Amino acid sequence: MQLRTFPGGVHPHDEKHFSASAPITIAPLPAKVTIHLSQHIGAPSTPVVKVGDEVSKGQLIAEASGFVSLNQHASISGKVTAIDRFPHPCGTSSLAIQITGDGKDEWVDLVDEESFMELPVNEMKERIAAAGICGMGGAGFPTHVKLSPPADKPIDTVILNGVECEPFLTSDYRLMMEHAEDIIKGLKLIMKIVNAKKGVIGIEANKPDAIRLMEKLLKSESNLEVVGLKLRYPQGAEKQLIYAATKRKVPAGGLPMAVGVVVQNVGTAFAVYEAIRYKKPLIERIISITGEGIKKAQNLKARIGTSFAELVELCGGTSMTVGKIISGGPMMGFALPGLEAGMGKGSSGLVLLGEKAARSMEEHNCLRCARCVDVCPMNLLPSTIAAAVKYKNLDMAVKAGLNDCMKCGSCAYVCPAQIRLVQWIDTGKIRYAEAQKEGK
Amino acid sequence: MKDKYIVSSAPHVHDKTNVSMVMWNVVLALTPALAFAVYFWGIRSLTLTLLGAVSAVVTEALIQKMRKVPVTVNDGSAFLTGMLLSYNINPGAPWWMPIMGSVFAIAVGKQVFGGLGNNPVNPALLGRAFLLASWPSLMTSGWLKPKTGNLSGLNDLDAIASNLQSLSPKAYDLVTGATPLKVVQTLRDSSFVASINADAGEGIDLANRIFTNITEMASLKNLFWGNVGGCIGEVSAFALLLGAAYLLYKNIIEWRIPLFYIGTVFVLTFLFGPIQGSGYSMMLPFFHIFSGGLMLGAFFMATDYTTSPLTKNGRIIYAIGCGVLTVVIRLVGGYPEGVSYSILFMNVMTPLIDKFSAPKAFGRMK
Repeated sequence: MQLRTFPGGVHPHDEKHFSASAPITIAPLPAKVTIHLSQHIGAPSTPVVKVGDEVSKGQLIAEASGFVSLNQHASISGKVTAIDRFPHPCGTSSLAIQITGDGKDEWVDLVDEESFMELPVNEMKERIAAAGICGMGGAGFPTHVKLSPPADKPIDTVILNGVECEPFLTSDYRLMMEHAEDIIKGLKLIMKIVNAKKGVIGIEANKPDAIRLMEKLLKSESNLEVVGLKLRYPQGAEKQLIYAATKRKVPAGGLPMAVGVVVQNVGTAFAVYEAIRYKKPLIERIISITGEGIKKAQNLKARIGTSFAELVELCGGTSMTVGKIISGGPMMGFALPGLEAGMGKGSSGLVLLGEKAARSMEEHNCLRCARCVDVCPMNLLPSTIAAAVKYKNLDMAVKAGLNDCMKCGSCAYVCPAQIRLVQWIDTGKIRYAEAQKEGK
Repeated sequence: MKDKYIVSSAPHVHDKTNVSMVMWNVVLALTPALAFAVYFWGIRSLTLTLLGAVSAVVTEALIQKMRKVPVTVNDGSAFLTGMLLSYNINPGAPWWMPIMGSVFAIAVGKQVFGGLGNNPVNPALLGRAFLLASWPSLMTSGWLKPKTGNLSGLNDLDAIASNLQSLSPKAYDLVTGATPLKVVQTLRDSSFVASINADAGEGIDLANRIFTNITEMASLKNLFWGNVGGCIGEVSAFALLLGAAYLLYKNIIEWRIPLFYIGTVFVLTFLFGPIQGSGYSMMLPFFHIFSGGLMLGAFFMATDYTTSPLTKNGRIIYAIGCGVLTVVIRLVGGYPEGVSYSILFMNVMTPLIDKFSAPKAFGRMK
């Protein structure tokens, strides 16, 4: 197979060995869950239950407060015990609904539509919106919005993102190995919804068995194809994946639909399949609990809102003094102050690093070595942006690409002077947003 | 578990590179050239190199103490500057030359601007320019003869004229007492050419014979292996290429600058070399890329991080600029060699080049 890729990028050690061979294990029912009202891009959901209410598993507890928003459902049956600020998987704290379980785990009514493929497109979209599905790769964009491109932007290709380029994480890999057929059904549903003729599944070369499995299953499908990709971070970034798979360049500031493409994570495709066939809301997902600090790394199928502390215990606890807790992958994930937060719909992994690996080095003067320039997948000048932000020259930062940066972290990963380029760029983005607000 | 964890911005992993690993790797990549220099010119090459490197380290440490900033000489950058400065010195130079050069390079070339990352031009080359301006004759004469050959790299004087020494003492002195580039430069002097041809008498174009000889394969081999006269670090194109290959492999230097620099010199000497030379040889471009300081300059000096452009297109412009200036100085200038001044000049142009070669972001049309 001819492996494809994109320009720029880096090659971090993939570290998948911790959890790659661990099959998906269903986590026991948590005693409590905290379901955040903001697990997605867009307006926070509005609660439709109050403290003291009894809820069943899968019951709507907060509804979308606009088109670009999301429904949230109870992931266990029990009683609403608080609606308050709780630690968020991004490291902040925000409003969430806490449910204390009754152990019954009773579903609201589900269906099993045999002829789910024949449903009208509108019904399909409604079921996706009702199920509260957002992008499960991490960014969390509401899926029903992404699948509603305007009429003047025809979509010809749907790309499923099975790249999983973040080191350590294996949740998408395990899902592909164990639920490949359902993912393909999800892909076909998405293609039907956006009326695309072609479907592509992008998988990196470090998952050869997943590539082989998908190829085998798609052999007889002329319009579906597996694209093998060279191992390179950040290949799972939307624009980079589109370029690698189709050679199309999404214009700066534009969306994939501008080049006729919709990208969905393989986990999202699986959730779409379950939502359309069973009307099953998104109340659980696969999360990799991994890293050198975990005693027995696993891929758990866990309820949304289960606390990270509980998930770590399920994996036998920690194996060494932990220095850093990362929600997500180590390239773009968030360092958490503790394990209290509950996992969200975008929580693909929890990585525990030992003290040595967590130690950060001192920042030195920029050498102007240009390694950051050479690896930037967006073709920007990261060191120039960082310096401009440091010296409060926002115009210069914007010129050097502040707003084009997607914060993949490739620059900071290779910087020999250990400059915290992403942190500077983030600071710049915040200052820029403030300046825009003041200007208006 | 404990209750305090490190919370910092992503990414949470880093590759193995750091400043000192980069610098010491460049030092390592430069050592084959030193080994060749010691082989051809004796242990003196090593002594001078160490004097330069150590005095650079001492100077940097003293100034950092005076500036009350952390002493960072362990990072290897001062050692490297001192080493490169010494590599630009004649192995026959007095012992104090590398010391003078290194002190100037570190103090005036680097620390006054705030140290590593802030210097506008390559400190080692600035040190060399200082030495060349202050002691021009010590820098350009008194070359050491290589153990197994002669200064200009010619290995068969009889091929030019069997009795060259008596036929034309001036021509003999030239081919035995000057470096290859100096020989070629001298052959561009029409009055010199006329006078040696007159010495040789009717029918013998002595200048052309010398020129042909110095660009033929046997002489080029001497250039390639380092069996000629020159500065410590210029000795062997082979040894420098070996180190350069290592740096390219380790991703410490990038291909654009060396490729376009050497490529420009090759093309321009191919096109214009014959006009200025006394005769023509297909091998002339090879003579030019293997002689003098081009290999050292293109792989180890022009690629200096701080003083070369950030942008990919900028690096190409910069390298072509270095190549053009080098050829201009070599073919029409007053010096036999132009690598160091070319790089210094393009160093100064770097901010301007960066400004006008800013890349277009992925997906931007403008």
